[in-house]
Order: sequence, then structure tokens, then C-alpha cells
Amino acid sequence: MNNSKLKLATTSLAGCFGCHMSFLDMDERLEALLEHASFDRSPLTDIKTIGNCDIGLIEGGVCNAENAEVLRQFRANCRILVAVGACAINGGVPAMRNQYSLQECLEEVYLHGTGIVNPRIPDDIELPLLLDKVYPVGEIVKIDYYLPGCPPSADTFLHFFEALLQGKTPELPRETLHYD
Amino acid sequence: MPTDQQSFTLDNCKIPFSPGQTIMDAALAAKTYIPHLCHFPGISPQGNCKLCTVKIGTRQVAACTTLAEPDIVVESEIQELTDARRALTQMLFIEGNHICPSCEKTGNCSLQAMAYHLGMEDNHFPQFFPQREVDASHPQIWLDRDRCILCSLCVRASQEADGKHVFAIAGRGLDAQLIVNSSSGKLAESDLAPEDLAARICPVGAILIKEVGYQTPIGQRIFDQHKIDEIGLEQVILAHNTTATRDE
Amino acid sequence: MQKHGDTPLKDHLLHTLHMIQQRERCITDESIHRIAAQYSLPVSQVRAVVAFYAFFQTEPCGDYHLFFSNCPACGYEQAGQNLLQMLAHKLNVQIGQTRPDGRISLHETSCIGMCDHGASLLVNGQPLTGLESASIERLANQIETAAPLHNWPQDWMHTDSAVHKTNLLLEDSFVPGAGLRTTLARGTDAALEIITHSGLRGRGGAGFATGRKWRLCKAAAGDARYVVCNADEGEPGTFKDRWLLQQQAERVLEGMAICAFIIGARQGFLYLRGEYRYLLPHLQTTLAQQRRQGLLGKNIGGEPGFEFDVDIVIGAGAYICGEESALIESLEGKPGIPRNRPPFPVTQGYLGQPTVVNNVETFWAAASIIVNGADWFKSVGTPESSGSKLLSISGDCTAPGIYEYPFGITVHQILRECGAMNTQAVQIGGPAGTLIGRADFQRKIGFEDLSTGGSFMVFGETRDMMTVVQNFTKFFAHESCGFCTPCRVGTTLLKHNLEKIATGHGTHLDIQTLRETSNLVQRYAHCGLGHTAANPILNSLQSFPEIFGQRLAARSFTPNFDLDAALSEARRLTRRDDSKAHLDSGY
Ligand SMILES: Cc1cc2nc3c(=O)[nH]c(=O)nc-3n(C[C@H](O)[C@H](O)[C@H](O)COP(=O)(O)O)c2cc1C
Ligand code: SF4
Ligand code: SF4
Ligand code: SF4
Ligand code: FES
Repeated sequence: MNNSKLKLATTSLAGCFGCHMSFLDMDERLEALLEHASFDRSPLTDIKTIGNCDIGLIEGGVCNAENAEVLRQFRANCRILVAVGACAINGGVPAMRNQYSLQECLEEVYLHGTGIVNPRIPDDIELPLLLDKVYPVGEIVKIDYYLPGCPPSADTFLHFFEALLQGKTPELPRETLHYD
Repeated sequence: MPTDQQSFTLDNCKIPFSPGQTIMDAALAAKTYIPHLCHFPGISPQGNCKLCTVKIGTRQVAACTTLAEPDIVVESEIQELTDARRALTQMLFIEGNHICPSCEKTGNCSLQAMAYHLGMEDNHFPQFFPQREVDASHPQIWLDRDRCILCSLCVRASQEADGKHVFAIAGRGLDAQLIVNSSSGKLAESDLAPEDLAARICPVGAILIKEVGYQTPIGQRIFDQHKIDEIGLEQVILAHNTTATRDE
Repeated sequence: MQKHGDTPLKDHLLHTLHMIQQRERCITDESIHRIAAQYSLPVSQVRAVVAFYAFFQTEPCGDYHLFFSNCPACGYEQAGQNLLQMLAHKLNVQIGQTRPDGRISLHETSCIGMCDHGASLLVNGQPLTGLESASIERLANQIETAAPLHNWPQDWMHTDSAVHKTNLLLEDSFVPGAGLRTTLARGTDAALEIITHSGLRGRGGAGFATGRKWRLCKAAAGDARYVVCNADEGEPGTFKDRWLLQQQAERVLEGMAICAFIIGARQGFLYLRGEYRYLLPHLQTTLAQQRRQGLLGKNIGGEPGFEFDVDIVIGAGAYICGEESALIESLEGKPGIPRNRPPFPVTQGYLGQPTVVNNVETFWAAASIIVNGADWFKSVGTPESSGSKLLSISGDCTAPGIYEYPFGITVHQILRECGAMNTQAVQIGGPAGTLIGRADFQRKIGFEDLSTGGSFMVFGETRDMMTVVQNFTKFFAHESCGFCTPCRVGTTLLKHNLEKIATGHGTHLDIQTLRETSNLVQRYAHCGLGHTAANPILNSLQSFPEIFGQRLAARSFTPNFDLDAALSEARRLTRRDDSKAHLDSGY
């Protein structure tokens, strides 16, 4: 019955892994879920490339070129793409840097900040280049569902998956909505 | 209630009213909720947020500024209006910088609670990410314009309840912003006091009392225990903000 | 009571601010404090007024302060050239800024009502018209050589308009004083009856029955009554009020006096848009002349106790101040934010007192109607729209200018008579009105079909209609007063949304959002500006779907911004340009 399992991929872009932790908070209910779902690319499996999936969960907003690439790979490979958590949905805490220009941010961190030894803005080509702002994922790819919260609770995840597994359109009960 | 009292219909309920009363005031008096953000009982209504828009026939009007009239048929809790109210709420979110996880007002915030009430899951519109000035000059009060929704409640409260003119809104269109009536434009030089209604009425986390942050843990805040459609909640919120002032 | 004859009111807040702006090239915080003290106003209120009006600046402006009209009707941007950009380039100044040497400021501004004169601008308040690429060069020279304005070529200052078509009102040989004489002879009730019976409806656009308005005001309780002439004429493409004030101001003022007699007002205001400040000397002369002839002032027309006079109040660059309640706020020296209506101005207007606000043309027509009678007026027009209407025709036609037509005329006939060839679209009633394409040219001008305050902009085949719609959409975003959520936020969302589509980066989803946001702004906004702000978009989706369809991106979803461009700042800061320093822009 393995092939009828839902394929699930997850990633954390400009996020804090809090949403992933909350996902794991499903605890024993996660086991039940895994009877119907298996993981593809995810920090939980350490699989590094994404194949065809049913569901992609995106934690975090988009702050650099790599985030954008990963997000696009997810969109290309996932039937259903879900923005998980405040950062994915509207940029969240990382988007607080949007108050400053990228130049101000980089100069503060690498040139003028306290305790800097060798002041220099890193230019190594292995480093992902930063976008001018941190963007919500929905401004870059089409998103099918949103799971708000910082992080969304384990119950929210569970509710979402239950609905999907039953072939229903997931709708979050209003009482469970929260953005913090 | 005298039997000849005039009334109108709101979503199939009969709402009595006295001449001169707005649809909003009559509805609230009859313990019927109409969503609102820029309205506050006892402060003269202004009608800027448009969350309270209701329908009379094919006409959309703001309930907080429209006078009740005998026998009109008013619709409020209909899908069309809920969708519009959600979109208006989304506009208020994207227009400012609302990062709830890092906001002291979270859980006590009427904008956030309104978004919950309307089932808002995302911001729908592209974010503006505006750059707005934060004013931390006042020893007891904090003004973070990032979260200001330009509801003008503080402006009106200062004039009408506090007898001061601490706030005003200046600038046209998207440039509109809350300004402070002091020579430097800073809160510290204004005559705002933490006890003033203007310092406590803000529905969002734009005007906050300093040094009481996180006294109430997340999970035990106003909207963890109440829903925004409870009638009379304004008093609970004010009481909360007043305790915050006193404890400090 | 303020002293008349000393117009403009020296002590009106807007006039004081204008004086300071003139004298000091900006309104400094110091001045704001001084004025606040002088007027006993909170500093914040003076700051709010300064911030509201486009012609007040808090940063020092140049010796030459240019406001370039960005209206599509006059054609500053056509045939592959943009005169505004050309001028900026010639003068080496950024649009919206002051040149570092402090000599020149160049700002964009909404339509300045010179639509029939080609590209136009205001330099230190003086309109310059008929600009072309050659004159841009010469203009730059005048400025660089610091030539004083009065030495500039006089043909640049041409502001008169050609009258191409006359009808009842323009053919009426109105004798100054005749209207007042009839009014006084007939008495208020009979005079009001003539206006009511004539079916005259407001010429400012909304078309409220004038007789009814006057009657409501007359009947309203109050300590004083006011007559206000709305000469804000901000609707792009409208210039007939300017022409009337230039050519027939006596008749307009007499119409105001007639109204004053009927409703019992002693004080009138002419609210003149800041763009028309150059008309002030002429209007002052006319006012003085009316007073000399006993048509204003005390015992008007020999009627003991009939006292009425008019003060001019001049705006400072805000389209919203044409909305009657915003206008009244502005008259009261405040930011022009529309009030909640009801109460309407007729019961609670200026200073809370019953006030009639009418368009320039309405007063002008009323004066003639009183003399010639209701039936004379009703002899032309349609049952719902009696009489004739002045149109200001501009855009792609050989004979732009003033036209008077009886209501009921078809667009088609107008186009023929103004020399419009190969017309693809007409914007009737300005951006707030209706945009129609060929299929609708048989429609008629009138309140029952195509209502217009006078603006009639013709767009020929070679125009890119998307540019036009974008221009109008930006206009509303720029002019939104910011009071209510749907218009404050929505007009800017529409602007961005449309820009994405116009640049070929939009998809069906973006068009759907455009439609939804348009509907929201239209239905939920607080005032007429918001109610009409999405008209250009909604009308063009209807009549010109191809301008959207042909621009759709190939992909089914596109980002809201150019991803590769969003990396450019980082590329600059790291001096990287390797392959990993780029992203597919996503379009
Ligand atoms: C945004 C906006 C701008 C307006 N601008 C003008 C204007 O420039 N001139 C005018 O006469 N009416 C204007 N109006 C209409 C006025 O509110 C009002 O209806 C009119 O002055 C009444 O005069 P009337 O009945 O003689 O037309 C505007 C309305 C709106 C909503
Ligand atoms: S003010 Fe309210 S909505 Fe805004 S960030 Fe704070 S909690 Fe969230
Ligand atoms: S600070 Fe608060 S109360 Fe004042 S206008 Fe802004 S949101 Fe409203
Ligand atoms: S609709 Fe626009 S112009 Fe009118 S009140 Fe609202 S924001 Fe101001
Ligand atoms: S509550 Fe009525 S408009 Fe805001």
C-alpha cells in the first residue's frame, strides 16, 4: 500500500524551524499520520532533492536567492503547496529587516557592528545572495493553503491533514486561528 | 420600552431605536454585534475603517455613522459583507507592518481578533512594508506607527474625553500618518498621560503603555478569553489597559 | 464679520500658508509654529493642513517652481516622447525634487485645466501652455538665464479657449443686473419656482436638482446661510469653469447673488482651485465692478436690506476639495476630508450652517434662466436633462475647446463636430466618469445616459489605452485623501496591480484581483472619489478587454515583483555577477 501513501515534503526557508518543531509536536499522532503519508525531501529525512509530491509544507519567508530556488522547486513538484506559519505567510519576524535597506543591514552587520575584526561584506559565490527584502512565499509562487500561527499548533497540522486525507477541503476552525 | 418605539430590521431581528441613534448604536444597545474597528461607544463616530459596512437594499453604508430609520431592512451577517470586511482587514494588515509574533499587543489586539473573527488566513494583498517612525520618547508611553491603522480613535478620545489635542492625522492618501501635537512632534513633549483615554483606546499595538509588556502571558489575554463579537468588550479592553497603567 | 473687497481673504489659513510658501519657498516648522500661535490652533492641525495640500512644501523649493500637468488629455506623453522627462533632463533636475543649487523644483501635478492647449505646466503659479519639444528647450533656457517671468514669450501664457459651438446659454445676450432685477421683482418664491420648473440640475457632475437644493437650504434652520461657488474644477479634462470665470464671471456672480436672495444668505464664497490662482486679479476686478454696479454689497438692486458679498478662497492642489463637503472643510481652513453625509451641506454646511454649494456653470445658467424663463431653458434637452451643457473637449481632435450642446446629443455627433478622426475611445465626465469605445458612440450626453460635469476627452486610434487607464488610476491613488481604508489602500493596490499587468507580467489571477479590488473600492469607499476611482479599470475591462488580454504573461502564475531585480542591490554590495547571483525573474 506504500504507493497510495501521500508524499510529503517540507522545508524551512527564512524561518526558525519552530513550525517543524510544532509539526513534530503531533507526537504519537504523527505515527498515525505516517501510516498514510511518507516523507520526501525534508529536514526530517535529510533527503536533499525533491521528487514528485502530493504536499509541500513551506516554513519561512523568502530572504535570498536560494530560498527562492527551493520554493520554486517545491512548487514545481508539489500538487498542493502550503504556507506554514507567520514567516511564510507574511514574512514574519525576519521581515523586520525590511525597515532597513539591504545596504544598511549588511553594513551594520559586517562593517560597523561591535566586535568586528575584519570588516568586509562577504562576497563568496557559495553564499546565497540576499534579496532586497524578505518576502511572503505567496508573492513568489501560488499557494494553495495557509496555516497561520507562530507556529501553527500541532492540532492545526493534524486538523489540516485529516481533512486532506478524507479528501475534504481543509478549512481551519476559526477558534484555532492565531497569528502568534 | 414604550410600545410606539421605532424599530428597524437587522438580519431578521427587530432592533428598536430612538431618533438620532445610529444603526451601530441601536444594534449594540440591542446586544447585536456589527463588526467595527474605528467605532467606540461614547466617542463620536467617524466612519473611516468601513468594517461596519452594512447593506440597506443595494446600498452599502457605514453602520457607525448612518442614522437608523424606521422600518429599514439592514443586512450585516451575509457572505458578501463578510468577504468585504475580510478584504478590508487584509488591507489594514498589508498597509502597515504587523508582525504579530513580535507585538506586545498580540492576544489583546482588536485588529487581530477581527481577522480571526472573519477567518483571515493570509494577507491576500502584496505587503507594502512601509517605513514608519517609531516614537519611544515618552517615559511611559510608546508609539509604534508601524501598527497604526489610522482609526483616529486616539485623536477623537484626546479631544473629546481628555480635553487635549495630542494627536492628529496628517498627509494625504497612503502618506496619511498619525502626528503628535508638540513642538518637536515627539510624544515626550506632548501632554499625553498614561491615564488619558487617548493612551488606552488604541485598538492595536500602536500606542502602548511602557514597562507592563508581557505582564499577561500569551494564552491568557483578552481574546484568549473573549471573542470580539461580545457586546461591551470595549470596557473589558479599557479595564485591561487601565490595570496595566496602574500596575506600572 | 470679515471685510469684503479685500479679497482674497488675507487671513484665511490657506492664503497665509500660500504667502509663506511664496516668500520663503517652503513652510518651515518654525512658520508652522508661528501660524499655530497666531491662529490659536494646535500645531498638529497646521501641520496636517500643510501636509494635505500638494502646493505646500516643507522642503525649500526652487526660484522657479514648476508643476507639470500629467493629464493624458493634453498629451505631454505621446508619440514616443515624454515632455516632462525631457524637461527634467534639460534642467538636470529629478522629477519631484529641487535641484541642488536651489534654482529649480519640478513636480508633477494632476490636470491643471489647460487641456485644450496641449502640454502645460504652472511656473510659480503662472500657466504655460502649448508646450512642445522645441519650447521645452527654450523654456529651459529662460530658466537657466534667470529671465524674469514677465519677459517670457507671451504666447506661452495663452489661456483663452476657443468656443466652437454655442446654444441657449452662450447665445443669451445676458445684461448684467437683469437676473437680479427679475428675481427682486418676482420675489423669492416665484424666482425659486422658475429654477425648479426649469429642471436645472447641477453642472458639477452629480446632477442634483438645483431648485430643490435651494429650497432645502432655504427651509433649513440656521443662524446664517451661505452660498458657495464650486470653482475647484479638478476633474481632468474639464476647463469650462475656467473659461466661464475668465469670460463671464459677472453672470456667475449674479447667479450666486440670485441664490443668496432666494435662500437668504449674506455671505458667499468662490472656492477657486489653486491652479487657477492666476485668475485672481481678473476676478477681483469683476467683484469690484459688481459692487460698483450695486450687484453685490448692500441694498443690492435697490432692495433695502438685501446684502450679499462674495469672498474668494483659493485652494492649494487637492482634487478632493471639489467634493462639496471636503470643499467646506477646506473653506474652514482644514484638510479637505469629506464629511459624513447626511447631514448634507444644505442643512449643515459651512460653519455648520445651511449652505448651497453649486458648480460655476450652475450659477451661470441659473442667472440666464431667471431672465429667460423655465420654458426657454426646457426648450432644449431631454425630459430628464433639460437645457444645454458646456463641454470641454480635449485630446485627439482638431478643434479642442468649449462646446455648448443641448442634452441628448450623441457622442458620435460631438466627435464629428470637434474634428475627431479614428477615435477609439472617449472618456466622458473625466476619470470619474465613463470610458466608452466605438460600440457606445451612439449613446447620448445626459444624466440618464452619459453624465458629465463637462469633461470630454478624445483618444485616437494610436493611443495606448492601457497608458491612459494607468494614468487615471495613478491620479486617484495620488488624490485619495486617505481617510477611509478601501480608497486609501485600495487605490494604491489598483495602481500596482495594473502596473504588473501593463508591463506584461500579469496573469488571469491578477485580472481577477484587479476586478475584486475595484469592486471593493467602488462599493465601500466613503465618498465619490473612491466610488469612482475604479471606473477607468472597470470600464476598460468591459470595453477594451484586449488591452488586458494581449498583455497576459505566458505563465499561469507570476511573482508580484521581479526576483532578479530584487537581487541587484546585493549584487552591487558584493560586486558579484556570477550565475548564482541571478534568478529567473519569474515572468
Ligand atoms: C472627488 C470629487 C470631486 C468633485 N469635484 C468637483 C468640482 O471640481 N467642481 C464641481 O462643481 N463639483 C465637483 N464635485 C461635485 C460636488 O461634490 C457637488 O456635487 C457639486 O459641487 C454640486 O454642485 P452642482 O449641483 O451645481 O453640480 C466633485 C465631487 C467629488 C466626489
Ligand atoms: S497590532 Fe495587532 S495585528 Fe498588528 S502586529 Fe500587533 S497584534 Fe498583530
Ligand atoms: S494610534 Fe491607534 S488609536 Fe491612534 S489612529 Fe493609530 S490605530 Fe487608531
Ligand atoms: S473615498 Fe478616498 S477620497 Fe473619499 S474619503 Fe475615502 S479616502 Fe478620502
Ligand atoms: S466602525 Fe464604522 S467605519 Fe469603522
